[in-house]
Amino acid sequence: MQSDAQTLPYPHAHEARHEEAGFWSTYVFSTDHKIIGIQYGFTALCFLLFGFFLMLMMRWQIAHPGQPVPVAGPLLASVLGDVAAKGTISPDLYNSFGAMHGTIMVFMAIVPLAFGAFGNYLVPLQIGAPDMAFPRVNMASYQFYFIGGMIMFVSFFIPGGAAQAGWTSYPPLAEAIPTNGQTFWLIGMIFLITSSLLGAVNFIATVIQLRAPGMTWMRLPFFVWAQFVTAFLLLLAFPPLEAAGVMQLMDKVAHTSFFLPTGLAVGGKLAQVSGGGSPLLWQHLFWFLAHPEVYVLILPAMGIVAEIIANNTRKPLWGYKSLVYSALTIGFLSFIVWAHHMYLTGMGTKIATFFQTTTMIISIPSVIILTCMFISLWGGSIRFNTPMLFVMAFLPMFGIGGLTGLPLGFSYSDIHLHDTYYVIAHFHYIVAPGTIFAMFAGIYYWFPKITGRMMSEFWGRVHFWGSFIFMNLIFQPMFAQGMAGMLRRMADGGANYSQAKAPGLIGGLSPTIMGLHTFILWAGVALAFAQIPFIINLFWSIRHGRPVDSDNPWEATTLEWQTPTPPPHGNFDTPVEVHRGPYEYSVPGHAQDFTPQNTPD
Amino acid sequence: MNIPYTVTARPDTGLYNAKLGIWLFLASEVMLFGALFSSYILLRVGSQDGYWPHGWLNIPVGTVNTLVLITSSITTVMAWASCKMSQFGRFKFFHACTLLLALTFVCIKSYEYHDKFTHFEITLKDGTWADGHFVENHLTKANNAYTGYAILKGHIVQDRKELFDVREHPAAHKEIRIEGAQIQSMERYGPWHHTYLAIYFTLTGLHALHVIGGAIVIGFLWGPGSRLWKTDPERFTNRIEISGLFWHFVDLVWIFLFPVLYLL
Repeated sequence: MQSDAQTLPYPHAHEARHEEAGFWSTYVFSTDHKIIGIQYGFTALCFLLFGFFLMLMMRWQIAHPGQPVPVAGPLLASVLGDVAAKGTISPDLYNSFGAMHGTIMVFMAIVPLAFGAFGNYLVPLQIGAPDMAFPRVNMASYQFYFIGGMIMFVSFFIPGGAAQAGWTSYPPLAEAIPTNGQTFWLIGMIFLITSSLLGAVNFIATVIQLRAPGMTWMRLPFFVWAQFVTAFLLLLAFPPLEAAGVMQLMDKVAHTSFFLPTGLAVGGKLAQVSGGGSPLLWQHLFWFLAHPEVYVLILPAMGIVAEIIANNTRKPLWGYKSLVYSALTIGFLSFIVWAHHMYLTGMGTKIATFFQTTTMIISIPSVIILTCMFISLWGGSIRFNTPMLFVMAFLPMFGIGGLTGLPLGFSYSDIHLHDTYYVIAHFHYIVAPGTIFAMFAGIYYWFPKITGRMMSEFWGRVHFWGSFIFMNLIFQPMFAQGMAGMLRRMADGGANYSQAKAPGLIGGLSPTIMGLHTFILWAGVALAFAQIPFIINLFWSIRHGRPVDSDNPWEATTLEWQTPTPPPHGNFDTPVEVHRGPYEYSVPGHAQDFTPQNTPD
Repeated sequence: MNIPYTVTARPDTGLYNAKLGIWLFLASEVMLFGALFSSYILLRVGSQDGYWPHGWLNIPVGTVNTLVLITSSITTVMAWASCKMSQFGRFKFFHACTLLLALTFVCIKSYEYHDKFTHFEITLKDGTWADGHFVENHLTKANNAYTGYAILKGHIVQDRKELFDVREHPAAHKEIRIEGAQIQSMERYGPWHHTYLAIYFTLTGLHALHVIGGAIVIGFLWGPGSRLWKTDPERFTNRIEISGLFWHFVDLVWIFLFPVLYLL
């Protein structure tokens, strides 16, 4: 899948310094934030598709345990060998796919797409800057991401396959599995973390230092604010996971016992380790990253949604300041909610009470943001183009995802729901029809600026309705399955706990609940087909889409639309000066219904 | 295309880009080392009573290394001040000192590492423990059994706990002959030996990587990178300032590491 130009070897790096250089320095070793943004976007979309492919394989195995996978089965068998003998998915392979689906989607698809791609392309444009503050660091950031992604990808093909211990990599399990997949995972993560770190430093410095004259903090588009907060989360939350990763790597490679307790038995035998470590320590360090990470996934999406809502309702965003302060509050609070992932670890009810309180508090700014966006629609004469459709779907989908999170945030109801399909449905509602829809909206919305051509509106709508319907058909049934007690991470989809297998078992999974697996499988396959119009539309429109009739086809106010199309290296032809806020739509007394930020009074 | 504020400060923030960048980077470094220090605390608090080591490291050696790093911080400031005063020769001198001090630190640290990796705890079959460094080692291992003999400079204890607090009773250093047949098992004082050593090697190893990384940057700015002085002295001075900020941070980490690992 990674057959694009970026896989080519590196000796040409020095060429990047010449302005008049050819293909290599323009598209591969570029220091231009826009090219780097596109590199991020393309790579991330490839990983997104790959992660989705892993999921389809797993859904087949869940619905039809032990049966050969149709179509892709022979491919798996020939590429992966024994673990996929005769095209079936062994439990080990299922675990690998599960762990890597999570890792790929979070660290190599959504974050690079939301932060790396959209952030890189748009933040300097929206603040009126010629580029990022550190263009070469920016290039290095992408390269670290790419190397980390390759290490993860290659780990599928090493003996024993990729990591199997879930994207959370809890020890002692992660360390007890005797293959090298986990070591690859850890090394890959260290590269990905370094990439995020360099990106975060760059974004914050850019927003603070390179705002155009007149671009005061309260004139920043909300998208920039969202990216700014996101960058702080990445800057401060990732290093603890890097530390944890180094410690787990030490456990794997130098046989230390950071996360291995005294008296640990593996396979019925006492493990030959010095002991004295703490498995809980990993969980604390992991979730100290991974909860802020959830907001890294959603904040940029909210930024995109805000831009598109303001543009298509032709009204200022309702409650701009509330949105900004809510985003900042979320940024701060997200650092003190992590242990709500750990209610069932035995860390104690007092700690659980603290974290359940902070978890309830953090829902307040999230609700404020969503409410502001809903009220922004009120009284607007809404243009229902493809980006707006995705955004309109984002709002209720994110609402479902958020509200279903509340029972998980309370320690008492979490006892029942913990580690079930309910949890999967909950966070996928936030990330899949939430964040990914916002990403789609962003692609349709900014595509004309990037290429100078529009994407097909008709196929955009086909893509939207297909994705919208099948996303819901996939994730709604999981709430029911989870509440019926179906646990996640079971390679047979819970068949061993079904009433069919164990008649009379109290709490056994009913045929209806088990039957939903087949339903979800075919909804997933349909969702895959629904992406085909998007992929074709994306590539076809680069050359054959309808050319835009101006630099500002959506009649938007923010600065990225006040540049030539596509923006040249250095972005703006003339020095930019900002005179007004980001969302001056339909100002009474003006000739047009939009007033760009750089229009003088 | 020119990116603004690469050399001069932006009026409303008072910073040039790289200075803000390095402070942000250092903030993330604080979180990195902060997580490791927190892990140290949790591991220590969770350790079995009497089995957290005290006095395993050599305090005088650690003190010397602390002084070496503090001195290097001073020379770094002097190097930067020399640039500010346009005294390039003095800059060259002071940063040469910084480099030598960095090298000294790494050498002393390697000596300490070497001492740990050649230190053995030997479980004997009679239920006692021998602990120390080999003077002569003629042991061979086959099928989990040792043959031959070794001369160990160290001591033998009846209770393994005695190996964990060597502050009050400095280990008697006698030469002991140990027969291979007596040995149950044998382990070096590497990171796998004890959680304390695990966090010690991880923290100091990561810190040493920072020292080496910083030294490479300073070495570059002292050597080939100093050509920039002729064309753009202000920019060059900024680079010295930035690398100096990083160097101070590396020193600061050690200032925390020394008491935590050596003294407490």
